[in-house]
Amino acid sequence: MELISALLVQMMQMLLVLAAAPLLTGFVRKVKARLLRRRGPPIIQPYRDILRLLKKEVVVADNASWIFRVAPYVIFATTWVAAALVPTFATGLLFSWSADLIAIIALLASARFFLALAGMDVGTAFGGIGSSREVMIASLAEPAMLLIVFTMALVARSTQLSVVADLFSTFGVGLRVSLGMALLGLIIVAIAENGRIPVDNPATHLELTMVHEAMVLEYSGRHLAMIELAAAVKLLLYVSLIGCIFLPWTLAGPDSPTAAHLAGFILYLGKLAALGFMLAVFETAIAKMRVFRLPDFVGGALMLGLLGTLLLFVSRSL
Amino acid sequence: MTSVAFLMLCAAALLGAAALAIACARTHAATSMVYGTTLAITVTAALVSIAVLVGLAAPAGLVLPIGLPWTGAHFRIDALSAFFLAVINVGGAAASLYALGYGEHEDEPHRVLPFFPAFLAGMNLVVLANDAFSYLLSWEFMSLASWALVIAHHHDPENRRAGFVYLIMAGIGTLALLLGFGLLAGADGNYTFEAIRAGTRTPLTAAIVLVLVLIGAGSKAGLVPLHAWLPLAHPAAPSHVSALMSGVMTKVAVYGFVRIVFDLAGPLPWWSGALVLAVGGLSAVLGVLQALMQDDTKRLLAYSTIENIGIVFIGLGLALAFRTNAMEAAAALAMTAALLHVLNHSLFKSLLFFGAGAVLVATGERNMDRLGGLIHRMPVTSFLFLVGCTAISALPPLNGFVSEWLTFQAILLSPDLSQWALKIMVPAIGGLLALAAALAGATFVKMFGIAFLGRPRSNEAATAGEVDRFSLAAMVLLALLCLITGIVPGFFIDAVAPITRQFTGGALPLQASLPWLTIMPAATSESSYNGLLVFLFIAISAMLAVWAIHRFASHAIRRGPAWDCGFPDPSPLTQYSGSSFAQPIRRVFLARTSATHEEVAMPPPGDTRPARFSLAVSDPVWTWLYLPFAGAIEFASLQLNHLQFLTIRRYLSLVFFSLVSLLLVLAIWS
Repeated sequence: MELISALLVQMMQMLLVLAAAPLLTGFVRKVKARLLRRRGPPIIQPYRDILRLLKKEVVVADNASWIFRVAPYVIFATTWVAAALVPTFATGLLFSWSADLIAIIALLASARFFLALAGMDVGTAFGGIGSSREVMIASLAEPAMLLIVFTMALVARSTQLSVVADLFSTFGVGLRVSLGMALLGLIIVAIAENGRIPVDNPATHLELTMVHEAMVLEYSGRHLAMIELAAAVKLLLYVSLIGCIFLPWTLAGPDSPTAAHLAGFILYLGKLAALGFMLAVFETAIAKMRVFRLPDFVGGALMLGLLGTLLLFVSRSL
Repeated sequence: MTSVAFLMLCAAALLGAAALAIACARTHAATSMVYGTTLAITVTAALVSIAVLVGLAAPAGLVLPIGLPWTGAHFRIDALSAFFLAVINVGGAAASLYALGYGEHEDEPHRVLPFFPAFLAGMNLVVLANDAFSYLLSWEFMSLASWALVIAHHHDPENRRAGFVYLIMAGIGTLALLLGFGLLAGADGNYTFEAIRAGTRTPLTAAIVLVLVLIGAGSKAGLVPLHAWLPLAHPAAPSHVSALMSGVMTKVAVYGFVRIVFDLAGPLPWWSGALVLAVGGLSAVLGVLQALMQDDTKRLLAYSTIENIGIVFIGLGLALAFRTNAMEAAAALAMTAALLHVLNHSLFKSLLFFGAGAVLVATGERNMDRLGGLIHRMPVTSFLFLVGCTAISALPPLNGFVSEWLTFQAILLSPDLSQWALKIMVPAIGGLLALAAALAGATFVKMFGIAFLGRPRSNEAATAGEVDRFSLAAMVLLALLCLITGIVPGFFIDAVAPITRQFTGGALPLQASLPWLTIMPAATSESSYNGLLVFLFIAISAMLAVWAIHRFASHAIRRGPAWDCGFPDPSPLTQYSGSSFAQPIRRVFLARTSATHEEVAMPPPGDTRPARFSLAVSDPVWTWLYLPFAGAIEFASLQLNHLQFLTIRRYLSLVFFSLVSLLLVLAIWS
């Protein structure tokens, strides 16, 4: 019985991230449009976009290889698996022990590896520019993320995300300088990894400023739908991650009653809305950065992560 | 017959194969005969050493009445040497299998065939040796055999230069090891490892030995700043030998380091761990940054070897630091991580060198900027190369990730160290390791993306064909091993447990008994990773997505010209090249250093000449350390040259004064 309920939570979680991801993207777009005094597309527009793309035929460049056709599925699968391991509304995930935070980061790195390769597959200049800039940003964001994970792992004495969330929800951790730094760094990394303003503009069509869009320029139809969905899932993953580590009190424990799970679910949607709203406000308030100013921005996250880790090496109580 | 006697016979058989190769190197069947023989011998030796490692055969020793007259030659196999013998012989078997096909393309087989088995024999003997004399003799034999292989294609002046630099560095390395063994043996001069282990020495002496070994073994392994020869010499050799040098010989050096520092030297001061950590961290980051800047496929792989050796030494440094603080479990974890990375790196680096060799056979090119689009013409090689790239970039579920994950877990245990210097240093090393992992991903996106994807940049790349079956078989074997060590790492962790128990006093909990083949390095931290499940999850969700798409979505597919925002350019030169791909990272990490020199020659307005851009990337260690050092030696030798033109009277006084000063030194010393 216990196993079945745990399995149920895990399955629901996997479907939830898939179903809620386009909603979050649509919500952020809507809020951004309202802040700019536009009416904006309806919140469910991303679903419509994905369905429309699925129905269209795929146009593949003449010299595209199998990498080009396989990559969307690999990117989607790795991102989905990573997202399924981050607690959304309950911590009692059946398979959370199979991969820890470091593995989740590495899964996202796998998705990026194949996305960058797909960008280079057709052999166009835009694909190359996107891939080379993506790996440049990743070469700063990934170590920053690992150091942030170190900070949390040193407090919780485990890199296991469920252990971290369980511990942080008990109030026993208290306010810590190192965790404050980790939060700030995590937000910067989340913005960089998801290609939001000021790092990259998800709505851009100005070729020389784009990173993610340049890599997927050659994609169309169902392949593009998979990549768009994976991008939405990744945004949801980072928002859930911030939610489950820094606002863990709404999570239902592994053996709490169904009511707690239900409350956790509703509060989770509330968290998504709040964090999505903050993201939209932030994106509206600032301008996109020049590519070579990015190292200062993302490097800041690296420094914050390093400082946080260093503080915890000096004293576990900081 | 004992295991050690059998392995000695294998080494002797390899030497016999070398003799056979000399006898018949110019005949037609020599290539397949020699590589077939080495394949058979290395497979047998690998099986025996694995049997010793997992406890099916007993460790044993052997004394041969050769070598120094009053000691004889001692050989022994224990868990540590069995592990490294397995790495050597698996690598050797894969290289022999590969060479059955690759060797047919060799222009001058008589320059390669005799030295290949000799090189393998040398590496086996180093690991088997149980006294300082046989150890150093085998070490030199291994160096010289590999040197002969480096200059096999001696018509190329680059290769001759590489051989020269390698010979000098190998000489310095052996000299340092010789001095190290001298200090270990002490005044009694008993050179067997048993006697050295039993002897006592001050921590200071042990620390000096550590520094000497770091120079001796570190120069062979390619630690920064002693790495300068490696990116010259490893690519110069034929590709299967490059794979052996990068994938296996550097591991023999790691063996030397572990054997002397962990086993023979005795208790070390706490800062020895910090020293090893610093060298390892520096090697990891400088190695991968230089790798990213290379456009030569094999040189890129050679620099990436420096990075991976850095990761291994980070693990060993952590193990030393934990051991001096009596934290056995943590030391065992760090050492397991290092040993697993030794195995993993030998697998994927050999695979990648084989792939680079296959490209070399198919196109005759090592320069990435003249390749491209090979995925269409060499589909199998491309796929296997991609497996190697994913593994070395530390992406799950392949094996590179497992060893880096274990190293990270070891770093997370180090706040409990008691020395402040280590406490401050370890987070920085963790940051360097994370940076190296991310940059390695970028490096191999570049390598695969430029060489195998896109459109062909030269005729050779456009007309390449798939390579022979032997080469492919060797690559398939290594790719499978990469996957297996990635998804069931628990068995390999358990296999190295006797080694960590012997040298750190602790071992990881038995992993094979954990449910679902999970690995969990320390019972206290609850961190766990399950490669098998991650692999299955990815496979299942990808298949689910494919199924759903093909069930519900449109099937229509149309081929058309590339879109490229409406302006596709037919010239393949408009694609990104290797150096343009690396440009953003170069600008971020190396912009203010002297390592890169960019020059734009822009003609004045009205002039119709094209603008020219040139880029030179140099190794800062070479410019700032090696060249001044070589200059100083040249200056000193010019000064000393005057001593050759003295009168007899002055010679006599020179001899007299040197004698007096030496006697004075002796008098003050005692």
